[in-house]
Amino acid sequence: MSFVFSRRRLETLAPDEFRSALVARVDAGGRLVAFFGLPSGDGSRLHAVVADDARGSVQVSVAEVRGLFPSITPVCPQAQLFERELHETGSINIAGHPWLKPVRRPLAYNDFFKVEGHEIHEVGVGPVHAGIIEPGHFRFQCHGEKVLHLEIALGYQHRGIEAMLCGASPARAACIAELVAGDTSAAHTVAVCEALEALSGEAVKGDAAICRAIALELERLANHTGDLGALANDIGFLPVASFCGRLRGDFLNMTALVCGNRFGRGWIVPGGTAFGIDAALAEELRDRLQKHARDVRGAAELLFATPSVQSRFEGIGKITQEDCRALGATGVAARATGIARDARLDFPSPGYAGSGLRASVSQYGDVHARAVVRWREIQQSFGFLERALGVLQPGGQDADRMNLAPDSIAVSFVEGWRGPVCHVVLTDSKGRIEHCKIVDPSFYNWMALAIAMRGQQISDFPLCNKSFNLSYSGFDL
Amino acid sequence: MFRTIRERFRQKHRTVGFPDAAPVMPERYRGLPRLEMDECVPGCNSCAKSCPTGAISCEGGISLDLGKCLFCTACERACKTGAIRMSGDYRISATKRDDLVLRPGKPVPDVVAMTRELRGLFGRSLKLRQVSAGGCNACEADLNVLSTIVFDLGRFGIQFVASPRHADGIVITGPVTANMKLALEKTWAAVPSPKIAIAVGACAISGGLFATGSGCNGGAGGIIPVDLFVPGCPPHPYSILDALLKFKSC
Repeated sequence: MSFVFSRRRLETLAPDEFRSALVARVDAGGRLVAFFGLPSGDGSRLHAVVADDARGSVQVSVAEVRGLFPSITPVCPQAQLFERELHETGSINIAGHPWLKPVRRPLAYNDFFKVEGHEIHEVGVGPVHAGIIEPGHFRFQCHGEKVLHLEIALGYQHRGIEAMLCGASPARAACIAELVAGDTSAAHTVAVCEALEALSGEAVKGDAAICRAIALELERLANHTGDLGALANDIGFLPVASFCGRLRGDFLNMTALVCGNRFGRGWIVPGGTAFGIDAALAEELRDRLQKHARDVRGAAELLFATPSVQSRFEGIGKITQEDCRALGATGVAARATGIARDARLDFPSPGYAGSGLRASVSQYGDVHARAVVRWREIQQSFGFLERALGVLQPGGQDADRMNLAPDSIAVSFVEGWRGPVCHVVLTDSKGRIEHCKIVDPSFYNWMALAIAMRGQQISDFPLCNKSFNLSYSGFDL
Repeated sequence: MFRTIRERFRQKHRTVGFPDAAPVMPERYRGLPRLEMDECVPGCNSCAKSCPTGAISCEGGISLDLGKCLFCTACERACKTGAIRMSGDYRISATKRDDLVLRPGKPVPDVVAMTRELRGLFGRSLKLRQVSAGGCNACEADLNVLSTIVFDLGRFGIQFVASPRHADGIVITGPVTANMKLALEKTWAAVPSPKIAIAVGACAISGGLFATGSGCNGGAGGIIPVDLFVPGCPPHPYSILDALLKFKSC
């Protein structure tokens, strides 16, 4: 779902008003989904987007700031990373933030928090890791096996995606969004397309909207199944690791049947979808879905019914609901602590109308809970796809003829498989893209992983990391 | 244990017969583009204008650089005469960068096997270290999938290893971001010689969509010598496997 605001009609608040309005909204249960600045004279024009998930509403506040801006982080921890980003990009000078360390710039060897004392040691891992995985640096402060503190330094994948989107045509913007995070291609592309369509005043409905929901659910199935397998692999339970590794590819192949690419590249375009589903393809997809559903069920039931798996999953990498709320953690990680929030329900796109989906939750916030949430979501996605797969025509409006409303802000939410993906697109006075802010759920959740590792054995890091399975490129942009 | 064994039987044997059995690609799969000069209207340029990465040039006859191609079909849709058509051919890799530039009538890219000396060393056991240098993780995912039971890379004597010290070569993905350049150079230096470098995906070959991005180095080629190029965004696992097997010559 997307929202459009006229930039001219937004009231410019004084910094103090802006600050107190923001804190009050977050205190009332809002979630800070984007906070960024645009250069304005010798200062910055700050934009804060707060979502009220329970009401399905969004509010945008704007303030002109010159000189120092007192940090919101001490009273609103959700703002910590956004403020570091604002500081790093030189938008404003922030005073009173606990630690304005870089977000995407490389850190020097000694830039990390250091625990000192008898038998305390430090472990550094990355950026190049042992597996085929994206780069990031993890710095552990340990006492023996026990992790006292973990710091995660990212930015190695920074390609300048947001800057590339400025001035891009709608077609090019979708092309760039496909590459934000490969495993979340569909969610990021749908998010940018929905924002652009909201700006053009023509939301996608009907077949194209259902097709997009199918792309999102196939992406969810592939990744959740792959994650269950990867969790099994990290505890050495190889049968399920093998089954799920194969099944993940089977879902990617279903996506390739529709659009020719396993990651859905080229399927979703601004204004509609480039590929439809005819009767023969719908039957083939239903047939495969049924077979794969049976195999995933077999694998998942074996996983959850094996006592040695339970004992390795339970109580590991725990995060509380309170911490999740404070940090703004979202998606699977938040639902695993009982926070029943899902953008498919809170901000439903037309493709999900009457879907009958429920937010899949668990309560203990550990590796097991995150695995359970994934398994519940897999089952719901099967149900959704069974109902949605049918003959669907491709098409929609022509992206090249799309006229975006000038001086506007569009905010869109799409529930990707990790959690809600948010795109904010601002247009200038001529209706060109002036600025984009992309917020992947990983943006908040990396901090949740660091908190979940406190007091854990360092040997459990791969398992905890996999249970969150966050995006490096989606964070680094 | 009984339950595990029962489920193992139920999930069956799933390894593909490649390379003995030809793979079945999805009908809509977009592989090697075919260029038909006879159909091309001189001065039209609509394909070149439509390409998001500037892979197509119409000067002095049409040419398409597979190393930049995202296989997005923008050119195919823009071409009114059908002079560019995506085929279902997944064999798209090359050992020479120039071979990736397609022209009508020019032979399609081909993988030349590694030298006899290297074959003697790596022919039966090739260990590779992967470095993601700004890859969006689609290329990484389709490299990972080679180690699943479906492709079972190990049966060809190829394995991805945990340390560059254990490796005979590296596989690079991503346009090589500014922040990953040093890590890539260090990883390459840590691999004992003789060694090989393989660039997987449009980003690693040419920078892809990020070729002009401020934070990127336009692929791996300017930083380390690349021996094998596997185009795609991302390449299909069969494209990667086909390239590896031909290069290793087994």
